[in-house]
Amino acid sequence: MTMPVVAARSLTKRFGAFVAVDGIDFEIAPGEAFGFLGPNGAGKTSTMRMIGCVSPRTSGELRVLGLDPAESGADIRGRIGVVPQEDNLDTELTVWDNLMIYGRYFDLPRADIRERAAELLEFVQLSDRRDSKVDPLSGGMKRRLTIARSLINRPEALLLDEPTTGLDPQARHLLWDRLYQLKRSGVTLVLTTHYMDEAEQLCDRLVIMDNAKIVAEGPPRKLIADSVTREVVEVRLPLDADTAFEAARLKRFGDRTEPLADRVLVYTDDGDATMHAAVDEGFGADSMFVRRASLEDVFLILTGRTLED
Amino acid sequence: MSTPPVVRVVEREALVYARLWRGLAFSTFVQPALYLAAMGLGLGGLVKAHTGSVAGLSYLDFIAPGLLCASATQLAAGESMWPVLGGVKWMRQFHGVVATPIGPGELYSGFVLWTAIRSMLGAIAFLVVAAILGAVPSAWGILAVPAAGLCSAAFCAVLAAYSIRLDSDLSFPMIMRLGILPLFLFSGTFFPINQLPSGLRPFAALSPLWHGVELARAATTGQFHAGAIATHIAVLVGCIAVGAYFGVRNFAWRLSS
Amino acid sequence: MSAPVRTAPRPVLALPLIGWRRRPWRLVERNVLAYRRIWYIFLSGFLEPLLFLLSIGIGVGKLVGDLNVGGHLVPYRSFVAPGLLAIAAMTGSLLDTTFNFFVKMKYSHTYDAVLASPLSPRDVAVGEITWALIRGATYSGAFLLTMLAFGDLRSAWSIVALPGAVLIGFGFAGVGLAATTYMRSFVDFDYVNMAMIPLFLFSATFFPLSRYPAGLQAVIRFTPLYQGVVLERSLVLGDLHWTLLIHAAYLLAMGLLGLRVASKRIGLLLQP
Repeated sequence: MTMPVVAARSLTKRFGAFVAVDGIDFEIAPGEAFGFLGPNGAGKTSTMRMIGCVSPRTSGELRVLGLDPAESGADIRGRIGVVPQEDNLDTELTVWDNLMIYGRYFDLPRADIRERAAELLEFVQLSDRRDSKVDPLSGGMKRRLTIARSLINRPEALLLDEPTTGLDPQARHLLWDRLYQLKRSGVTLVLTTHYMDEAEQLCDRLVIMDNAKIVAEGPPRKLIADSVTREVVEVRLPLDADTAFEAARLKRFGDRTEPLADRVLVYTDDGDATMHAAVDEGFGADSMFVRRASLEDVFLILTGRTLED
Repeated sequence: MSTPPVVRVVEREALVYARLWRGLAFSTFVQPALYLAAMGLGLGGLVKAHTGSVAGLSYLDFIAPGLLCASATQLAAGESMWPVLGGVKWMRQFHGVVATPIGPGELYSGFVLWTAIRSMLGAIAFLVVAAILGAVPSAWGILAVPAAGLCSAAFCAVLAAYSIRLDSDLSFPMIMRLGILPLFLFSGTFFPINQLPSGLRPFAALSPLWHGVELARAATTGQFHAGAIATHIAVLVGCIAVGAYFGVRNFAWRLSS
Repeated sequence: MSAPVRTAPRPVLALPLIGWRRRPWRLVERNVLAYRRIWYIFLSGFLEPLLFLLSIGIGVGKLVGDLNVGGHLVPYRSFVAPGLLAIAAMTGSLLDTTFNFFVKMKYSHTYDAVLASPLSPRDVAVGEITWALIRGATYSGAFLLTMLAFGDLRSAWSIVALPGAVLIGFGFAGVGLAATTYMRSFVDFDYVNMAMIPLFLFSATFFPLSRYPAGLQAVIRFTPLYQGVVLERSLVLGDLHWTLLIHAAYLLAMGLLGLRVASKRIGLLLQP
């Protein structure tokens, strides 16, 4: 059996009386793309910082690459790469110097760093900006440079905290494409996100976090199949409608319903049939449409709340 | 009926000032007093033991108006660089100001005026301390306050006009080290300019700070020539006029694009 | 409930500038890269003590004449120059350990990236202090050469004045770094000014201690820059006494304490 890249048991992080991570267990296998999905404040970033050995755990067990972060923090950090939620590129340096000095932090010889930096700039499509300062780069470019920087030491695992938050759709897709390539080359990806499409696209396996705890774990499609029906009918209601009351009325058309602020979700295995049945019975709504069930629905069913809260 | 725009700019700056009173109180009031005590009294004691007097004055009397204007200059220089660039680039509050009926030229004038007012407030405090230490022999000394204001406005008018055009603050430390510091040290503040090598004296006479110091010194000592006074005032007003010519244009150029 | 898991503390006494650990030097490399494009800002720092020497040392010196220091008459310039040297060592080392350090820690988040690499908070503290000492030593060294040209180095012990300046720099760099970790906003930097200006003016820099009122003299003997001024002036004028070791020890203790507090605080702030 291969050793997990990260293994946590009863991992806990407290800040004073506040519990940021509450006794969670998980394992991440080599080569896997593993995600932490959850709303802001669920404890994802605290978990990532403990894995990245920049935040000591309060209690529980944690092994990264088989080592204990409390003892071997520097050694572990030397073998992983980190892409933080907020870009922290060195604004006093150029694009190229950012990569050079970061390689030096890892004690790499200059000649190796030069070679690697040129490859990485090519990989993230920033070769033509190598002598630019950091400030004039767009948000997507900065994030790509941060990814290039995190790869300078050929890390065995890459930690990405909300990698595409704040990026426009085009920049997001370019980034996902690069991450796919990394995954294919065998790098273990550990990422947090509150976007369910990102989790579905990128992750082989994920845990859903809420209120400092893990509430579900598994491959995305399996999580959906296990806790939700295949399809969902979204029924949009007028602004003044009582969604809880309407949800109760819609209940008989599907397996279950969830009232939201402006609409009701009806879970069912055959969306078209459900929708037609509701329309045939004369159910009035602003609009109705059928979509496939997503991780958003898993989260909603497990916690009663939406991810974007 | 309504307040003129320039006055509203002054009001706004005064509000900011009130929030930062601690550091500003130190740099405006305490710091010059410390300089006066160390240089005027401490160093002055050594001068007294050796030369007795400087240009017919005790060293304390000589240096007090010098420090008064030097302090006004430093305040003006500090205020006209980072805060001006910050106002248009980092904090961007200037953009907020010109989004109101206040125009860029009025913003510029109000800014220079407020800096001069602050320097004069500092000068009043300084004069009180200096008088207690016996460094203001003449009752005309109160006129050193407008002298400090003119001196401050001359630096602020020129530097603010420059700073508003910039994209980075890299030149500011150089201006401080190559411009303001030499002026501070060689404008007849700490020793008379006739002690400078003869080749350098004409440069000192070009220094706006020297003209300010001479004005203030005339006031605190009560010894003056009307012709010299007129020249000093003319030079400082000239600086302000040139600064204002570019300042109004540069503010409009930067803030309207 | 179990005890918090924390990295075992490393030994405290790691002298910067002694290269037995490589990692802090990476921060020095980083600063070299950053200043490479703005070398003129780095170099022009040397002008400050030089201009003061010309104005106060020579200009005011003409008004002051000779002073009796430790039994010899020396020109005022020779008296004030070692004081300016000590000031240059202090300000040179505070530039990058106070304001610039604060910007990198709170605004650019430079150290968050550094700490995600194998470097530790202590490496950051030692690295930044080492850099500050290099910067301070550059200014002090250039100023010593100026003093040599003016004939103000009146003793062979002047050769020790450069390490002396580095020691002054270490004392202030350590305390500056530690104090900066407690700053909340730029407004708090007023405190740096409030501390530096009185030290600059009242550390027997511009006139001898004997000219201060007696009560003030006692206070000044305990202030940090005074230790450096006495140290440099004694070395340069050849007025040696074993008590110089006390002044040196004061500065060393100040630097070590600052380094220790700064390392701990950087860890607390950036690795909670």
